[in-house]
Amino acid sequence: MSAADIADVIAATCLLSGAALALIASIGVLRLPDLLSRMHAATKPQVLGLTLVLIGLGFRLREPGAIGVLILIGFCQMMTSPIGNHMVGRASVRAGQVREDLLVVNDLRAVLPDPGPDPDRPV
Amino acid sequence: MTAVLSVCLAMLAVAAVCVLARIVRGPTVLDRAVALDMLVAVGICALAIEAAWNRHSHTLPILLVLTLLGFVGSVSVARFTRGSDDIEVERS
Repeated sequence: MSAADIADVIAATCLLSGAALALIASIGVLRLPDLLSRMHAATKPQVLGLTLVLIGLGFRLREPGAIGVLILIGFCQMMTSPIGNHMVGRASVRAGQVREDLLVVNDLRAVLPDPGPDPDRPV
Repeated sequence: MTAVLSVCLAMLAVAAVCVLARIVRGPTVLDRAVALDMLVAVGICALAIEAAWNRHSHTLPILLVLTLLGFVGSVSVARFTRGSDDIEVERS
């Protein structure tokens, strides 16, 4: 076992973990009932799975320049993904598309007015 | 290594098919935005695994561009759906 072989084993482990996480989260996106719970599943490959895949690629390439670009990719994904998902969740709540029967506590009910029936969702 | 990466790509292909099914089925446009965001993430993972397979770093700028592109897409969709801006104006 040379150092290159050990690095390749670590890379394979990280790449497998990231791909498995993407698979599990995609099953969640397909089967969960509500937009908010589907967002909870969809965020996993966007941050943790992608980070694992990038770490594996860094162990596989072993070039300083490539590792710098990989760190930049991970940083950009971590900075942008929460913002986008926050905007989507906020738009969903404001459009009245959140299913009340799946919520345990809804702190926004007292704050937001009832938006009325949603034309996009046939009852 | 080749066998492991083949398994990874197969798993990502199944994941992409599941996410595409959600895009087709999703009741609202926000569901489709979330699923498209995840599809972009799966594509980034697939490109990275291809780069690890052939041990080259030519596609890394494409990964960076895709990262920022998915964000812009989901934010613009969320911004222009119904009810995302001024509620009083929309109800009157």
